[in-house]
Amino acid sequence: MRMVCKISLATSAALIALGLSAFAEKVGSMKSDAGITEAYRAYAIHECNALVISTRALARALTAGNLDQAKRLYPSTRMAFERIEPIAEALGSLDPDIDGRDGDVPAAQWRGFHRIERILWTGKESETLQTYTTRLLDDVTLLRAKLDNVEITIPALALGAVDLLNEVATSKITGEEERYSHTDLYDFAANVEGARKIFDLLEPRVKAKDPALAAATEANFQKVSQALDRYKKGSDYALYMSLSTADTKTLAQAVDALADPLSKVAALMGAAK
Amino acid sequence: MKAGALAGRRLAALLAPFVAGVAVGAVVTFVLPRPSSAGSEGTVPFYGEHQAGIATPSQSFAFVAAFDLTTNSRNDLRELMKRWTLIAARLTAGTDEQSVSGSPLSPPSDTGETFGYEPCRLTVTFGAGPSLFDGRFGLSSLRPAALVDLPPFLGDRLRPELSNGDLGVQICADDTQVAFHALRELVRAARGLAVLRWSQQGFRPTPEANAGHQTARNLQGFKDGTLNVDSSDASLMNTVVWADGSDGTLWMKGGSYLVFRRIRMHIEVWDRSSLHDQENTIGRHKETGAPLGSSRESDTLPLFAGQQGSPVIPEDAHVRLAHGDGSEQILRRPYSFANGIDPRTGELDAGLLFICFQRDPREQFIPIQERLAKSDALNEYIAHVGSAIFACFPGTRKGGYIGETLLN
Repeated sequence: MRMVCKISLATSAALIALGLSAFAEKVGSMKSDAGITEAYRAYAIHECNALVISTRALARALTAGNLDQAKRLYPSTRMAFERIEPIAEALGSLDPDIDGRDGDVPAAQWRGFHRIERILWTGKESETLQTYTTRLLDDVTLLRAKLDNVEITIPALALGAVDLLNEVATSKITGEEERYSHTDLYDFAANVEGARKIFDLLEPRVKAKDPALAAATEANFQKVSQALDRYKKGSDYALYMSLSTADTKTLAQAVDALADPLSKVAALMGAAK
Repeated sequence: MKAGALAGRRLAALLAPFVAGVAVGAVVTFVLPRPSSAGSEGTVPFYGEHQAGIATPSQSFAFVAAFDLTTNSRNDLRELMKRWTLIAARLTAGTDEQSVSGSPLSPPSDTGETFGYEPCRLTVTFGAGPSLFDGRFGLSSLRPAALVDLPPFLGDRLRPELSNGDLGVQICADDTQVAFHALRELVRAARGLAVLRWSQQGFRPTPEANAGHQTARNLQGFKDGTLNVDSSDASLMNTVVWADGSDGTLWMKGGSYLVFRRIRMHIEVWDRSSLHDQENTIGRHKETGAPLGSSRESDTLPLFAGQQGSPVIPEDAHVRLAHGDGSEQILRRPYSFANGIDPRTGELDAGLLFICFQRDPREQFIPIQERLAKSDALNEYIAHVGSAIFACFPGTRKGGYIGETLLN
């Protein structure tokens, strides 16, 4: 994922843009570019605040040695991150630092959620738990700090939505993301929610330019949600291991059916990654 | 119908055509004369200083397979290599040596599905995997230093059932049935000595499709192999591909090291990325194969063109990282694969059987792949799921056998 986002301070420009967007919203239903990107920033900040808070709770459980509670908190804690993953991916090493899997990064650099996941579910190298807990908390706090100024563009958002679904199609649906906890469906749901948020923000523009594409995307979002709901109980999702290959195949094909029209939305928004 | 009656009928049917001329139980041999129209361009010589299938221009189809030995005896291993040599020599030579022979009461000595067919530039190339030197055959001290266990690369998703093996074989031909026949005969001849560990099938565009003899396109739709080593350049082959024994492994003089990687392409994801993104990922234009910022495929890579911080060929483009500083070269002989669907996702299980040859993987494939694994933009669309390395033996002459420099 290579979203074109540079960290740039453009406070005054952003304020002007925000003012303009407020004006634009009054004039018509169509938001300005800045109206959309700042609405997304607000969403990302909201999710990231939740991530920091829930990671603190996870860290408290880990520090207190309450590993059963930590295991319960682990999948939902990650969901806030998975909703806004495209932004983290645009911020250099923060994505691998927080979300790298074993083998994605050199062994000496491997840390983050999945390192803790391995300790929690396998007991391997449990003496390092405190070190990685502290680092994770530092990393998510840093992510939150960077969100205020990260540059967000409409094309990058549209591509980010597709990339969220590509993530689902290549690693979540194959059970490779959460290989110890098997909580892949939580990530799956969060990725889809993150993509949905972006589409909601872009939908008026898509509708204006290509109503059929808007309708197809909307319909396929609903199909994915319905397919996923079958494995949801309260706020919890079934473990990956309990799914049959027929189950995962149905889910994956629903995701592909959604990602293809969504990738045309990106082109419509002038996205050329 | 009773089993006995069936057997009787089958025997009668089998014998009927030739009971008149040949005594029952006698050895019968049919040798099909080579059709006069067949030219030598359909045959790649088996015997020689090097094994065929390395410098040979790529044929259109391939089977790559690995075997595990089920014996611990070096004599058995020698026997297997002798059998395989004879089969490979017979099949690659073509119809004038191909025969269906044996007693009519026995299964035919050749399985027969290419009886009367052309060899279609068939080549069979044998190699030894690192595990052959693990002590079972008393060969530990002969393991070449260059035959390393490939290190884990970032992002590897290797599956053991698609990786490694005691012995490797690369079978290539311009016809799938001819290539498969060779694999089948090798498997039969190995019965009791070695078993198949994995077998994978690949294809390239045929000359019928690629009438203009352009650089072949892979399944991402890009020309793949523009900067490949010219295998007809003997001095370049000596520098890049053939081991010369200078590292002390004399038995590998004239051999070469094959590195195999099965690379799954997430083609569904690739197909929904923009042309601009695809071209920036590879670093070439999709239609022409020209490097970004150039107009002809043969143009040198403009690695230094563009603004500081935003080069014409992106920092993480595949061609830039594969090229590096140009000091590491490998001879690539890749094939595409399409292997039904991934049962977990229903997506096409397709990609590239990456095959390359070199004199020392430690100085060639490994540094290139370390660079790619770390930063290649293409990694978003691919996953390495199979891996193997084989020391491909030097060639042999008539009367000898492949592997003799190691096993004698």
